[in-house]
Amino acid sequence: MQTDDREHLLKFTIPQLLRWRVETSGEKTALREKDFGRWISYSWNQYYDFTRKTALGLYQLGFAEEDKIAIISDNIPEVLYVAIGAQALGGISAGIYQTSLPDEIGQILDYLDVSVVFCNDQEQVDKVVEVRDKIPKVKKVIYEDARGMRDYQSDDWFLYIEDLYKMGAEVHQRSPDLFESIVNDGHPDDTCHLCLTSGTTGLPKGAMLTHRNYINMGLQLTEVDTLAPTDEYLSFLPFAWIGEQMNSFGVAMATGISINFPESVETAMSDLKEIGPHFMFGAPRIYETIRSQIWLKIDESYRFNKFCYNYFMKIGERAATYRMTGQKMPVGLRFKAWLGKQIMFRPLINQIGFLRLRRAYTGGAALGPELFTFYQALGVNLKQIYGQTEIVGIAYMHRDGDVRPDTVGKPLPKTKCRISDEGEILSQSDSVTQGYYKLPDKTEELLEGGWLHSGDAGYIDENGHLVVIDRVSDVMHNKKGEMFSPMFLENRLKFSPYIKEAVIFGDKQDFVAALINVDPIVVGKWAEDQGISFSTFMDLSAKPEVADLIFKEVAKINQNAEKEHFKIHRFAILYKLLDVDDGELTKTGKIRRKFVREKYHDLYEALYDETVSEKQVEAFYQYQDGQTSTVQTKIRFYTMEET
Amino acid sequence: MANLSISDVTLTFGGLHALSSVQMEIHQGMITSVIGPNGAGKTSLLNCISGFYHPTKGEIHYGDHRLTKASPHQVSSFGIARAFQNLELFRGLSVLDNLMLARHQNLRYSLINACLFFGRASRVEAENREHVEAIIDFMELEPYRKQVVGNLSYGIQKRVEVARALTMEPDLLLLDEPMAGMNIEEKEDMVRFIMDIKNEWDISVVLVEHDLGVVMDISDQLYVLDFGEVIGSGGPAEVAANPKVIEAYIGEE
Repeated sequence: MQTDDREHLLKFTIPQLLRWRVETSGEKTALREKDFGRWISYSWNQYYDFTRKTALGLYQLGFAEEDKIAIISDNIPEVLYVAIGAQALGGISAGIYQTSLPDEIGQILDYLDVSVVFCNDQEQVDKVVEVRDKIPKVKKVIYEDARGMRDYQSDDWFLYIEDLYKMGAEVHQRSPDLFESIVNDGHPDDTCHLCLTSGTTGLPKGAMLTHRNYINMGLQLTEVDTLAPTDEYLSFLPFAWIGEQMNSFGVAMATGISINFPESVETAMSDLKEIGPHFMFGAPRIYETIRSQIWLKIDESYRFNKFCYNYFMKIGERAATYRMTGQKMPVGLRFKAWLGKQIMFRPLINQIGFLRLRRAYTGGAALGPELFTFYQALGVNLKQIYGQTEIVGIAYMHRDGDVRPDTVGKPLPKTKCRISDEGEILSQSDSVTQGYYKLPDKTEELLEGGWLHSGDAGYIDENGHLVVIDRVSDVMHNKKGEMFSPMFLENRLKFSPYIKEAVIFGDKQDFVAALINVDPIVVGKWAEDQGISFSTFMDLSAKPEVADLIFKEVAKINQNAEKEHFKIHRFAILYKLLDVDDGELTKTGKIRRKFVREKYHDLYEALYDETVSEKQVEAFYQYQDGQTSTVQTKIRFYTMEET
Repeated sequence: MANLSISDVTLTFGGLHALSSVQMEIHQGMITSVIGPNGAGKTSLLNCISGFYHPTKGEIHYGDHRLTKASPHQVSSFGIARAFQNLELFRGLSVLDNLMLARHQNLRYSLINACLFFGRASRVEAENREHVEAIIDFMELEPYRKQVVGNLSYGIQKRVEVARALTMEPDLLLLDEPMAGMNIEEKEDMVRFIMDIKNEWDISVVLVEHDLGVVMDISDQLYVLDFGEVIGSGGPAEVAANPKVIEAYIGEE
């Protein structure tokens, strides 16, 4: 029924839809921001006012159709004013990760032909200033937080957002109908945003997304999982990631929910508790972290609590299997599960801020099946989604009562799915991008034959669920030609609470080997409990007791391996955590396998030389302030016994 | 908003001269650093300014106010606040409570008001909270607002200590080794805070610090103390070239 009501929204651009929201529910809260310790609300009316002021201010600066504005900012309402303001003028917004380094920012700004940059504070402005001579196309840098900007005030390359608002308000006063007519000129099939894809190699590509792409995604997602306009959402993912835009542009516009902005990146988790959102979306890492925290807290709790938790967790897990498959529970179990929910799990998830949460989505990478059961047992409806930046994030997802941890669910309404002869997942929908900015060859590859090529290998199982195996290009074969997916095996390892990160090798080799990062918090706590003293992460990783612990974990995983050649034969514990800044992980936390293999080449060699059981290595560190140091450390290699 | 002048101040404990005939002029709107080896009398000097000690001889004036014989609470009412080297915070209270408490001078309502938390009391609390929140924002303490001070890392506690001094809305801020025991990143943050305190809030700063690199980078004016005497003063370059200072720091050749 909702379909008939909402289908007409597809004829709007995002700014037009914003205006429509103002006309239908102008006084309702659209945005909420925590500032100075208080939650400050903005209605749709105010949202529109700010957007108009921004748009007309940009207009005054000469920002026109097809011009690009880059946003390097923490999540604040101004991000939306600036993005949608630029879109209203027919311009195109683009998000850049706040963690990007100056050179990278320079390259992206140049590639995307950006003419205006929006930064939230001095930290980001300084990075742009550092590459100023390499970005002649950038005409203005707008900043939101004036703190520390005193030295820039004399330079008219910089503009304070309040001054932009003032300019916009003046233009509006002079010609009150101008903005409306500009907004009317927009067309839903115009590109409105360039979303950078987190390339595991090279510079990111900018996927050209249209107004219709976003709005369609919001509509189709909420077709399956409905949201009421009174629902709350907490915006804590990086804006440059499609996962945030699909909510702030797509879902929020399509449904009229309120978006809440945390006080700072560091306070996001405590702000989550205060807001108690109705749905959330996050990478697996977030859910893993929260679970680790719950485990630690329970572990530190007194005995009665622990007992209750363990007892009801077992009940909850049993109940969860029923709930996930949509089966009816036996009466006894249902009563016990209800009791557990009332006395244990509701108070527990209230501590995290999940009490009101109706659905939690995970995407971007695979999540261990046990994690689904864990959250479902707590009463958190955690579901897998699957999609790419090129299809606005979500194209497939689990339905309520049909959560199968090994699959990514079914396509959204009006999304077609096909598996190519090579086993690649292909999709078709209104949300598919028009292609990559200025990369016609790549675009042709991506959209060959009118289908979106995901680059992922997968198949559709007997229940009509899509199963994703790995990147087509990442699938490996051992010497005997047997296929395996490194990501799949890494996820197996990562499900152990003691293992934070793992890198699997074994392409064209006799066996599978792994480099493992222990989890500093969980293993640190474990070591403390065991009375093992340690100083740094490096020291902790080198402890023989820790190796024993990991050995047992790997043995357990090997026991459950589906196929003989999935078993991990040798492993070593790495002395440093894989890190985004060192280029070992992508911005979204995926492993750059090739890079890691090259960087730790001697470790890789030693893994495949069974005579080596110990090796002296030089660890090279680069600190945040640019200083470097090298440390000598010994690394041991462990061979699993054949079982 | 005035200059702080210290003229001919001598402080003795029994036969020990902690300060002897110290002469300083601390100008408004500047970062003035006082450096010197251990036991040079830096903290004693701050204690004299803030009224914990009274000089045996000499005079201290802050604008029209005479600080020589003033008590600490009088000094603070003249617009001089101090952050201590050894944190003087309530370890069992939250960051927010510590800061609110530092504004007790501004909390003017009756006991009955306070008990009922009605009318004036709640209004005054709200006004003060607003002020405190501005400082929390400035010192980037949001993530720690409701955490108990005793549980925070040393670097953060130092930041709370400075924030506590700021809540008193001073015109002159005395910082006693705000960077002692910090790592590089924490130091960089603190330097930025100190610069912003001066530039954005127009508060003069007197900085007692060991880390010469930091001091040379951010000070407008320096005084070097050794055995209670001023052995050098001037701008960073001038002081760095002063042979007496080099001798006190590095020793004779």
